[in-house]
Amino acid sequence: MFISYLLSGISLGAIYALIALGYTMVYGIAKMLNFAHGDVIMVGGYIAFTISVTLGADGWIALLGSIIFCTLLGITIERVAYKPLRGASKLSVLITAIGVSYLLQNVALLIFGSASRNFQALIVVPSVEIGSVTIPGNTILTIGVSVVIMIVLTLFINKSSAGSAMLAVSEDKGAAQLMGVNVNKTISLTFAIGSGLAAVAGILMCTQYPNIGPYTGQMPGIKAFIAAVFGGIGSIPGAMLGGIAIGVIENLSKAYISTQLSDAITFAILIIMLLVKPTGILGKKLNEKV
Amino acid sequence: MSFVEINNIGISFGGLHAVEDFYLRQEKGELYGLIGPNGAGKTTVFNLLTGVYKPDKGTFFLDGQNMTGKSTVELNKLGIARTFQNIRLFGNMTVLDNVKIGLHNQYRYSALTGVLRLPKYRSTERAMNEKAMELLDVLELGEERDHLASNLPYGKQRRLEIARAMATNPKYLLLDEPAAGMNPNETAELMQMIRFVRDHFDMTILLIEHDMKLVAGICEKVSVLDFGQLLCQGETSAVLKDPEVIKAYLGE
Repeated sequence: MFISYLLSGISLGAIYALIALGYTMVYGIAKMLNFAHGDVIMVGGYIAFTISVTLGADGWIALLGSIIFCTLLGITIERVAYKPLRGASKLSVLITAIGVSYLLQNVALLIFGSASRNFQALIVVPSVEIGSVTIPGNTILTIGVSVVIMIVLTLFINKSSAGSAMLAVSEDKGAAQLMGVNVNKTISLTFAIGSGLAAVAGILMCTQYPNIGPYTGQMPGIKAFIAAVFGGIGSIPGAMLGGIAIGVIENLSKAYISTQLSDAITFAILIIMLLVKPTGILGKKLNEKV
Repeated sequence: MSFVEINNIGISFGGLHAVEDFYLRQEKGELYGLIGPNGAGKTTVFNLLTGVYKPDKGTFFLDGQNMTGKSTVELNKLGIARTFQNIRLFGNMTVLDNVKIGLHNQYRYSALTGVLRLPKYRSTERAMNEKAMELLDVLELGEERDHLASNLPYGKQRRLEIARAMATNPKYLLLDEPAAGMNPNETAELMQMIRFVRDHFDMTILLIEHDMKLVAGICEKVSVLDFGQLLCQGETSAVLKDPEVIKAYLGE
């Protein structure tokens, strides 16, 4: 039993990790907490739902359409809502992000109504039996897709010029600009990647928990944020590690402690982390110069 | 027309004229100093030339091309590079990677090429590494290529900033207090390096400096700023003897 709890925890964690990557990359590069990020997951789910159920298209087309839509949505949100606030105080940007989050939820409420819809799995992978353990198909799918995405993303960041431009902007926006790095393009790219990952996460999540409503993105968004902080916000491997850790902790506490308390345990872990190591597992220590 | 022509450039913040009617003519390959007391507006001039601030008035031509009012990234592409008074390296990247960030405007491959590690990626990376190492060797940082930039001693960080700026393939190099915080030995080495960079790359250099030994040692000409106004300019030896300049620096 433990193995199957662990596996479904890892698969839940992989989804958190995909969302947390968006949080952490945007934080690292634009130095802001994009609290609308969780709702992009919901949008991704609804778009896939619309394409596959309402329009009756193939699952893969729905997946692709949803990723493209969310990528463009991410770029648009940054252009319209955050870019004009580039020089503004962090609080203004944070409040704007919360505003964008409510906007997305309410637009979804307006178009799709408050009732949650039943989400058909887009891509069906058969279950696998190893000895006495049955691994559900969507667990395999989720873990497989997430691992591939994380490898590609790591290679992209470390092995491409756009990736190293991202690292440079995250360290010193002004200096990067003066060295010829296009900061606006880099920030747009970051939002595009983050939102595209959120769409993938949304679809994987709806495949596992086949329900979608206007508030579907809220809780996973918050959990992924915890994961990003747990792993060290701004750190990409940290987000991956934090996501998996939070997913496993949540699932094991559901299995062995209490289903009702599992969220409380997750949040308690965040509080303990912030008390013990405020920078997160892989976060860098900030040395204050005196 | 001179290689660098700055005509009556100026900017004010609120009511304060940070720089007023700044004027400069510089020939190709010339090493030019910009001096003046603290707060005189020297770094503001650099910020105007690199697009960090947009000038309220005046024009700026480099190599016959109008640079006035262009954005930072455009100006960098058109050949203006700078270093910073307070060092602004990418501290968590290696020495080599810092220089390679500067090279990115000249070498291009798509992200997909990088992720899939196609042959074009390897050949471009090899070319970039060679170019970066050439610059690091000139500035005697070749041995530290794999060190984190933040772990370098102070003097070497300053040199790395010059290497990174040179990597953007500039026509016009702006050095903001390159010798700040250096001991006399380091400063002497730096002077040789700046001269070498000028001769080797036929570079036109404008530098801000408080160390008069450095200015007198390598700058052919200087301009003196005081309260945002140009006090005087000309041959270094003559300007440094000017009673007005001495007064501005030392008071009466």
